[in-house]
Amino acid sequence: MNLDTITLIFGTGLFFIGITGVLIRRNAIVVLMCIELILNGVNLTFITFSHIHGNLAGQVAAIFVIVVAAAEAAVGLAIVIAVFRRHPSINIDEFNVLKW
Amino acid sequence: MVALIPLLPALGAAVNGLFGRRYIKENAHWVAVGACGLSFLAAVFTFTSFLREPQSYEVRMFEWIAVDPLRIELAFLVDPLSMLMAMVVTGVGFLIHIYSIGYMHGDGGYHRYFAYLNLFMTAMLLLVLANNYLLMFLGWEGVGLCSYLLIGFWFHKDSAANAAKKAFLVNRIGDAGFILALFLIYGQCKSLVFHDVMSQAHAFSTGLATAIGILLFVGAMGKSAQIPLYVWLPDAMEGPTSVSALIHAATMVTAGVYMVARNSAIYALAPAALNFMASVGAITALFAASIALVQRDIKKVLAYSTVSQLGYMFLSCGVGAYVSGMFHLMTHAFFKGLLFLGSGSVIHALGGEQDMQHMGGLRKHMPITAATFTIATLAIAGIPPLAGFWSKDEILAETFKNGHKLLWGIGALTALMTSFYMFRLLFLTFYGKSRVHHDKEHHLHESPRTITIPLSILAFLSIFGGVLPGFPPERGWIHGFLSPAISSVHHAKEILHGAAEHGAHALSLLDLTLMAVSIGAALMGLAAAWYFYLIRPALPGQWASRLKSIHTLLFNKYWVDEIYLSVFVRPLLKLCNRLWDFDLQGIDGIVNGASRVAVKSAEESGRFDLKFIDGVINDIGKLFDKWHDILRRWQTGFVQNYALVMVIGVLVLATSMFFIPYHF
Repeated sequence: MNLDTITLIFGTGLFFIGITGVLIRRNAIVVLMCIELILNGVNLTFITFSHIHGNLAGQVAAIFVIVVAAAEAAVGLAIVIAVFRRHPSINIDEFNVLKW
Repeated sequence: MVALIPLLPALGAAVNGLFGRRYIKENAHWVAVGACGLSFLAAVFTFTSFLREPQSYEVRMFEWIAVDPLRIELAFLVDPLSMLMAMVVTGVGFLIHIYSIGYMHGDGGYHRYFAYLNLFMTAMLLLVLANNYLLMFLGWEGVGLCSYLLIGFWFHKDSAANAAKKAFLVNRIGDAGFILALFLIYGQCKSLVFHDVMSQAHAFSTGLATAIGILLFVGAMGKSAQIPLYVWLPDAMEGPTSVSALIHAATMVTAGVYMVARNSAIYALAPAALNFMASVGAITALFAASIALVQRDIKKVLAYSTVSQLGYMFLSCGVGAYVSGMFHLMTHAFFKGLLFLGSGSVIHALGGEQDMQHMGGLRKHMPITAATFTIATLAIAGIPPLAGFWSKDEILAETFKNGHKLLWGIGALTALMTSFYMFRLLFLTFYGKSRVHHDKEHHLHESPRTITIPLSILAFLSIFGGVLPGFPPERGWIHGFLSPAISSVHHAKEILHGAAEHGAHALSLLDLTLMAVSIGAALMGLAAAWYFYLIRPALPGQWASRLKSIHTLLFNKYWVDEIYLSVFVRPLLKLCNRLWDFDLQGIDGIVNGASRVAVKSAEESGRFDLKFIDGVINDIGKLFDKWHDILRRWQTGFVQNYALVMVIGVLVLATSMFFIPYHF
């Protein structure tokens, strides 16, 4: 088992842990953190494939994702704060007004 | 200056017509009489300057109709004929305007009356001053319109409204003839200007000239009340008496004579049309005079007298003596205007009484009216040296000398009748014993000065209006004045025969004999009327019962109105009713049927719309209604549900990549 395989398995593991966290956790901050896990799992995969194929495009994509993740985290945390100000909770299962 | 003559009354009519009801009211006469007086002054000015320099000229205002090749200008013609007419119209019109101040005083439609009267003056002056046929026709129709408006002035009276309608409709028949003549003239000459037409007239074929002549005369028949279109004039007496004087005696009804004289160049080529005209004129003169013998209504007698005198004028034109016709037109305007105004004065004093059986002896109460009326009667009867004698004697003499012996006989007989019925009228009204109702007797009074002054002026003109321009007969001033505007057979004959005969033509034995005959006829009429109505007042009644059939025939005016009613009016009405029925049942049936079909199909398509189109739409709506219930459940509002669906979607897609082969 070489390093590439290990990082691929690790990336995939991070991805699915993140997915599971997004789907099952109630706390909005934790959900945001799980999204970070997803993104970083994908980043790892990008970099690994970049290493395997000797193609720099994967690394460019990874940096791009990091930039977008920073923006996403800023916007997401701002939303969470705004929600918390109106409503003394950040449990996402209570935010169900966006429906029929 | 010439343009001012018709323009001023037009302004007066506009002012009174627009502002009379609200603002001017009882002061309407200031506007109307002022406009008419200024118009008269303008006419006098034009006339005197024309006398100084007797050269015909045209005054062009602007182009009225410009539809190539038809070009009609609004232009006025100043020549002896139009000047004479303009003087008569404005002069007599002015006097009658003044008279109307007194006569119409206190009438509710005072301003309306003066607006109409001014409008009439405008139209009549356009008629006589026009330099082309179309403008003349405009005036011709304009006077017809005003005549209609003024006959029906008291429109709340049924008889007046009907008389107005009758006048208008009968005039239409004549106008149709006039228009047809205009078509013929335009077709031949490509112009409607008098000057162009007259200069081309010699090229007309006899047939064309005869057709034009007779059609023009048909127009004149309508306007100037000749057989068979005279029936409207006696009925027109329903209007105010001042209107009868102005329109139905002095001016409008003479328009036909003026028009015929204006077209003398065409008639010169159509002896048949001239003979026709002379015959119609003579028969009308006799016919109307015979009816006038027995009428009881003072205005009806005068109306038939007018018809009869117009017959004289056409007789005169028909024998080629246009100048005599125009001369009689002028003198007739004076004395017939005076007669009507006098009768108006009497009617005014008697509070609306028009039946001569309830008059008599009015001389004592109304000396001025009686005196002027007597003068007018002497004038129309043809007693020298008053105006009527000169013109009427001249017409008879011309008729005789031009070889129409029979027509001369009719004319002389008519002169006798004229004298008789006019003196009958005079004696019954002003002389003898009073037959006035007692309750009216103490109201009797002489009319106010606005009435008596015009009477006096017209009386003066009736005395001297014949001698001054008409002496010596056939060579008086008026002949020299008018002859440049007239080209008649007579005139041509004179040129042929040369001036030698003309110069030697002093008062011959023939002239004196003819003169003696007309004086004799007039005196006989006077004497007979005197005997019948002053010396033996019982006699007329006895004669009436002895000659019952004739009296009834005359008294009922030969039943002409009744004949027209049954021959023309009733069948026409019946035809109209048939057509109306057809319209009601046939045309309306089709229209109603079409509408019913439309309504039915509209109902059907409405039902289709409701059931089918709306049904489909509703069904589609219901479909969505059902589906949304199912679909909306997916939108739970839980972010994690959405995320789950997304993850499942990604997984499905990712898994499917293993099974679905793809090629880049």
